[in-house]
Amino acid sequence: MKKKQNIFHYCKIQNNSVLLNDKIIVSEDKSILFSEFSKMLYHQIKLNYPKFFKMDDLSKLALITSEYLLTDYFKKTKKPNDISIILSNKSSSLKTDKQFQKTIDNKDSYFPSPSLFVYTLPNISIGEICIKHKFMGENIFFISENFNSKLINEYASSIIKNKKNSIVLCGWVDFNEENFKAFMYIASNNYIYNITTNKIDKLFK
Amino acid sequence: MKELKLEVKSKIIEELNLGHLNVQDIHDNDPLFKEGLGLDSIDALELIVMLDKDYGIKLNDPTEAKKVFESIESLCSYINMNRLR
Repeated sequence: MKKKQNIFHYCKIQNNSVLLNDKIIVSEDKSILFSEFSKMLYHQIKLNYPKFFKMDDLSKLALITSEYLLTDYFKKTKKPNDISIILSNKSSSLKTDKQFQKTIDNKDSYFPSPSLFVYTLPNISIGEICIKHKFMGENIFFISENFNSKLINEYASSIIKNKKNSIVLCGWVDFNEENFKAFMYIASNNYIYNITTNKIDKLFK
Repeated sequence: MKELKLEVKSKIIEELNLGHLNVQDIHDNDPLFKEGLGLDSIDALELIVMLDKDYGIKLNDPTEAKKVFESIESLCSYINMNRLR
């Protein structure tokens, strides 16, 4: 019987550094703004996806984190036709909401920005990942004060057990002002019954 | 007209978040949509807002908009003829 692969695949981006499966692969000066940092990561991973520049910061963060993780994961495993995505955060799309609000604050200069408006929902970040990879699996975005690994794991287990998809991209992607944090991991049959939420919570911190 | 073209190109890069491009990358007769700059329907709305906000031009006719947004050349000619500020 083939031995199951039990490596927990995750990616965390915060404080201008990228951690991939326990290894720091990027570490930049914390004073660099996200606009510069994200551009640097875009070039580092050779994304070659001009639509990236049109996204809001939340979607950029989600897309880049997913790129690191999916590229690494599918180096060793055959990429399925489809995957599901479960993400969560605390600030919803607040940063973009505020930017959009500025375009409609002044009655004498009332020019609502269409390109900002389309990003005034956090689940658009999931949509951007799905568009890039042509994923059409189940997806959901939770808003909660703290990262709820139990809820996310139960949801992912349900998707896998019910054979809706064999792979679920899970995690947290949050952006407020200039503070950001992304943590994503792969839930699959290989891991779901072997990893505890305690371990996930420790990695999240 | 040359100055206006530079101004409009800069605005397009900034307003439409085309951070991967420079002014020199946008040629006067390149199509703005599809195979040219690759703009989409949201960008078209953003261009309509830009015309109103920066030049006082209200573009309401979709047929007219299609011609105006063909290229930088057609867009700047239209601005030149219709601008209120």
